[in-house]
Amino acid sequence: MDRVPPVLDAKPPVGASVPRVDGVAKVTGRALYLDDLDAPGAWFGATVRSKIAHGVLEAIDLDPAFDWSQVVVVTAADIPGHNYIALIENDQVALVPVGGHVMHVDEALALVAAPTKELAMAAAKAVVPRVKPLPAIFTIDDALAVKQKLYGDNNVFKQFLIRKGHGDDAGLEAAFAGATQVIEGTYWTSAQEQMYIEPQAMMAEWADGRCYIVGSMQCPYYVHKAMKPLLACGPDDVVITQSVTGGGFGGKEEYPSMLAAHVALLAKKAGRAVKIVYDRDEDIAATTKRHPARVHHRMAVDASGEIVAIDVDVVMDGGAYLTLSPVVLSRGVLHAAGPYRCPVVRVRGRVVATNHPPHGAFRGFGAPQTTFAYERQLQKLAIARGEDPLALRKRLALRSGDTTATGQLLGFSVGTDEVIAAIERCAGPPPRKDGVRNGSPVRRGRGVVFYFHGAGFTGSGEQRLAGRATVAKTVLGRYEVRSSSTDIGQGAITIFTQIAASALGVDASLVDVVDPSTARVPDSGPTVASRTCMVVGGLVEKAARALKEKLAEPHDGEVAVTLQYEPPPGIQWDDATYTGSAYPVYGWAACLVDVSVDLDSYEVHVDRCVQAVDVGKAINPVIVKGQIEGGTLQALGWALLENVVYKDGKVMNANMTNCIVPTFADAPELETILVEVPYPFGPSGAKGVGEIPMDGPAAAVANAVENALGCAFDAIPIMPELVAESRSRWRLG
Amino acid sequence: MTMKITLEINGETRTVECSPWKRLLDVLREDVRLTGTKEGCGEGECGACSVILDGEVVNSCLVAVGQCDRRKLTTVEGLARGDVLHAVQKQLVVCGGAQCGICTPGIAVCAAHVVDRGLVRGKDEAAARAAVRELLAGNICRCTGYQLIVDAVIAAVREVEP
Repeated sequence: MDRVPPVLDAKPPVGASVPRVDGVAKVTGRALYLDDLDAPGAWFGATVRSKIAHGVLEAIDLDPAFDWSQVVVVTAADIPGHNYIALIENDQVALVPVGGHVMHVDEALALVAAPTKELAMAAAKAVVPRVKPLPAIFTIDDALAVKQKLYGDNNVFKQFLIRKGHGDDAGLEAAFAGATQVIEGTYWTSAQEQMYIEPQAMMAEWADGRCYIVGSMQCPYYVHKAMKPLLACGPDDVVITQSVTGGGFGGKEEYPSMLAAHVALLAKKAGRAVKIVYDRDEDIAATTKRHPARVHHRMAVDASGEIVAIDVDVVMDGGAYLTLSPVVLSRGVLHAAGPYRCPVVRVRGRVVATNHPPHGAFRGFGAPQTTFAYERQLQKLAIARGEDPLALRKRLALRSGDTTATGQLLGFSVGTDEVIAAIERCAGPPPRKDGVRNGSPVRRGRGVVFYFHGAGFTGSGEQRLAGRATVAKTVLGRYEVRSSSTDIGQGAITIFTQIAASALGVDASLVDVVDPSTARVPDSGPTVASRTCMVVGGLVEKAARALKEKLAEPHDGEVAVTLQYEPPPGIQWDDATYTGSAYPVYGWAACLVDVSVDLDSYEVHVDRCVQAVDVGKAINPVIVKGQIEGGTLQALGWALLENVVYKDGKVMNANMTNCIVPTFADAPELETILVEVPYPFGPSGAKGVGEIPMDGPAAAVANAVENALGCAFDAIPIMPELVAESRSRWRLG
Repeated sequence: MTMKITLEINGETRTVECSPWKRLLDVLREDVRLTGTKEGCGEGECGACSVILDGEVVNSCLVAVGQCDRRKLTTVEGLARGDVLHAVQKQLVVCGGAQCGICTPGIAVCAAHVVDRGLVRGKDEAAARAAVRELLAGNICRCTGYQLIVDAVIAAVREVEP
């Protein structure tokens, strides 16, 4: 990869906004993404997909009229090892075998490869699968009612129960019975497409019995883990390398393993390199999206306005295979009670099977769905009590010394007061209710939210992962950071450079962050869960310090230090009861949104959006700001205009014309306030930041629209149709 | 059917022989091997394939190469002068306007057009920012939230027009 060193003045220490290391390569077009790599002789792959949501694959026919002489066809029968994509459970097949069950529309049934993309596309059309349809289910209710049995006895992939301050359901109801007031609602959030601008792309080639896979991905070792059983090979027989990756947002966490399987199988049979680059429509139709969710939330309040009990029931649509749903649900339920004091909490969570394409990882990972629910609830409480919405949150928020829903005692790095004070300082007077925008009458409103996000893997996850990273001084006198953390735009290369240079006390231009390849870097764990800077960056910092000490002694040849993650002291988690320290630390945030609702077109326009986020320590303030603003706009899009439309399990708007995301013209000026309440166990005090900005703004928008129109909005996206339907409920007085 | 088509790309004359219906995007990437121009959607929505054709920004995925014979093209590779970055490229790096970078070439091309043509000249800060948002509305970025890109374009405008 062509990584041009920065031509601009760079101050190496942590805390400076050093220009990104890969910046010049990216602005000049020299950065090479998968489809840019020169691959002479490589063939192009294409995928034959199901048009039916549920059924039995009876046969795969090849059109006899088609000239197959230049085409390779792969079916499940060509898989040398096990036909599954190894993840949490091994339930998802790489290709549906003849006689097997098709579980969703656009599931892969067969593969073709040919010397040109045109021929590959034509060949894919000439492969004719015969599928005997079975009844399919597409709603949470039909899944729970077991209208069709798709998984186990009850279609529930995973369930969780959290109890705090009570022994059984009777104890919970007793707490509700004693309440002065109960706030209750059901909240719906829709599927969301990650819409990275580089579609999924992967290439494979076999040489000397070894499979080399390169592509657009977040987690090289996830792909590595999935290839070993599928290709029936040892760990050294498959090498996974990340190419420059054009965005991920979770969408390139698990799906690349599927695509890697496909190119590896095609390359083996074709005896040459094969690449697959999805078209946009195929990418939207076939790959993962954010889990749609239904959250029922009850909250009991006493006469003084204290929350005395919270009861939440979370149900998510997992789609056709289990994939990452259990962990998405886990994060969802662990955030469901919100960052508020409450002695009695019950959270129940289920994720169910349907015949939708599998839903999967997307920034926030379950927390945005439950955050939307609890922050709508807090807004309703503020309205019911006639209390200022921000003052109410300030009064009820968790602080150091309080315990969370899982009984975790918060001891450090709780930025509650700082983020709320930041919003108070810059809020200004609320917008005038009535006005005119672009010649149309508008009604304006303001919404606020307060929220938190656990950084790093849940519970004992980081200990199980045991991520490793290496810092070395090479024989050439340069310093290398070796980790499997990928730069997917979030700036990992640059912040690792800064962290290592600072800890080593050397110039940043002497530090190279090695391209992630399983042949060259240790397994640092996946690039997910807001853990790259905090967890892996922490390892880099410690390893660099240890290396500096080692270098002070006599040495020759390469000197390297590899460290493995160790949890901070006092972290205890019980998976059986879901109690204890759910996360080593949390990020804290508050957000203010002003909206105008166009009373002619029913469009909602965001006039102002302020986010104050406690990030512990901004290693590179400009990069952190970019992370927060990117996540914020994805949340505003989810709230207002991003809508994946399914019909009979098929995505009906699988193109960028109809599956829209915010443009420059849709986006408001974003005001971002970085708050730094250090995390004692993070690099220079840093904690996770990647996901938190996604969690809160959607509820802030709904709260603002409610403030404008005087009626509740409990489902997103709040599209003009929804605003039009709400007319009879408006209270504009 | 193929035909010979002559293009002036970034000041260099290049002749390609291909179907006149081939997308300009594919000709740039495959025949001329300039891979800075990216494909994000193939239907003119995302702007990752933006190039300047005779002084107008176009989506090269929507242009047949047969339309381009004897015409002038500027791609992202043609923005810098040797090692000296265009003001827009430099400010995208300085201001943090590039993250994953896949939309960046298209945005750099479009923003360079805005700056070089003086399309926001003489406007105050707020009006200039609003104009930049309108002029770049055909380029989608999923990483930045656009704020730092607008900052970069305004900084480039100020640098070029003190």
